[in-house]
Amino acid sequence: MSLLETKNLTKQFGGLTAVDNVTFTVEEGSITGLIGPNGAGKTTVFNLITGIYKVTSGQILFEGVPIHDREPHVIAGMGITRTFQNIRLFRRLSVRDNILTAGHSGARYSVVDSILRTPRYVQEERQLARECERLMDLMDLTEVASSRASSLPYGLQRRLEIARALAVKPKMILLDEPAAGMNPDETMQLMSLISRIRDEFDCTVLVIDHRMDLIMGICENIVVLNFGRKLAEGPPEAVQTNPAVIEAYLGASGEGVAVHA
Amino acid sequence: MEWFYVKGILIQSGINLTAVLGLSLLTGFTGLFSFGHAGFMAVGGYAAVFAGMRLGLPYPLALLFGGLVAGIVSLPIGRLTLNLKGDYFCIATLGFGEAIRLILDNVQTFGGARGWPGIPVTTDLFNVAVVAIIGTFVMVRLVNSRHGRNMIAVREEELAARTVGIDAFKYKMLSLFISAMYAGVAGGLQGYYLGFLQPKMFSITKSTEFTIMVIFGGIGSITGTVFGTLLLTALPEVLRAFAIWRLVVYGAAVIFIMISRPEGLMGGKELSLAALRRLFGPRPKREVPS
Repeated sequence: MSLLETKNLTKQFGGLTAVDNVTFTVEEGSITGLIGPNGAGKTTVFNLITGIYKVTSGQILFEGVPIHDREPHVIAGMGITRTFQNIRLFRRLSVRDNILTAGHSGARYSVVDSILRTPRYVQEERQLARECERLMDLMDLTEVASSRASSLPYGLQRRLEIARALAVKPKMILLDEPAAGMNPDETMQLMSLISRIRDEFDCTVLVIDHRMDLIMGICENIVVLNFGRKLAEGPPEAVQTNPAVIEAYLGASGEGVAVHA
Repeated sequence: MEWFYVKGILIQSGINLTAVLGLSLLTGFTGLFSFGHAGFMAVGGYAAVFAGMRLGLPYPLALLFGGLVAGIVSLPIGRLTLNLKGDYFCIATLGFGEAIRLILDNVQTFGGARGWPGIPVTTDLFNVAVVAIIGTFVMVRLVNSRHGRNMIAVREEELAARTVGIDAFKYKMLSLFISAMYAGVAGGLQGYYLGFLQPKMFSITKSTEFTIMVIFGGIGSITGTVFGTLLLTALPEVLRAFAIWRLVVYGAAVIFIMISRPEGLMGGKELSLAALRRLFGPRPKREVPS
């Protein structure tokens, strides 16, 4: 069954149609890539799925339930979370507090519980701390647990943002250009991390990136956008040889050139 | 110095601290600036005195009643304004504060601009201290819970907070409600301390003073709020020697601190036993996750 489905998804900003009639599906347990030239509408699609933008027309279904009219925090609660192209951490908080905060939905205690420090508060707070430590361990962040998020090197900030998203215990994670600004070595690490997310966290991945080596290397299915429209959809090999895709990336009359970004 | 004088400063510090603690939650921890908190203080003050003198509630209940009314008044205001971005909320609170003052000026039921005299002087150092200590205690616990963390997340990066499932609007409302309650209780304390209430006491100057205390102490620090409030309440009194230049020196002192320490006295850090131990004690062992 497909986990996420968009039907004729359209978003207009005034006269500009940023996303135009886009229909695609993301299979449960897959790693799906969303690619396209700059300004193709990839990030807009992410903003629509996570409820940050309201759709102009069309539908988004998650596990068969329409989500396009819900608030971002409700959508997150249903199991979709994301990272941002321009990293958005809780900058002045420590690495630990970033993750701890995101894990909040694992606890149910009330304001009164927190003021009275009831057994419920103590127990749930302990549970949150345990899960936070476990996640930091898995993501190799334990060393920097007490550092301010803003003081981390760029690669670690990206990793922390992914860890924070995983603390929500999502069914699906949207990664917006996770490899931006990374060197080849870091990109390799990121690729294995993305595969681990799917396998160890049982989480479906939808990823935007410009690095074709990354996208072609880990994605089972790829959706190509251009000028807000869907250009192609399919497994990497098929997309790579699709003439329309080659044209969009390299201009017209590309004769048998493979796509390399 | 006469004890009576010192006691007066201490009581006023406690009253201010109660109001500023609430504002600290809103401004310091949730990132929303309010220039109308004196308005909530006025609502709470008049409500508490009304509850005590007209409804016959005992003093502690009257204070609570004042806090509750201020909290309830904050809800429709929050509903209307908290969706506004950044500065607009600030402007809306400014308007609210002034509106409350003008309404009280013109409604004769509570004495209008002439004020409400003859309130039994019930607030003393003991009960102010009790309220301020309970207030601090509750705030520390609130901030160190998932609810407090969610508010801080909204302050730090609202969009990201929402995408990890935090209902930003709800937490802003909660923060506003609690902070208005604190201001309301402080208003009640004030009325029962002076034995007199007048709308003029709750002008924008008062709101600004509270905001200065929060920032002076350091955004996002309860310890900072406590020190900032105590210092800035006492400072104008200490400066009485400067006579007419008193407030100029006060202003200069605040500017000097903000320039030399833009993060405020505590810079977002808390003073706790654990922090002191870290500072002076032996190096702690690395924590081992279980």
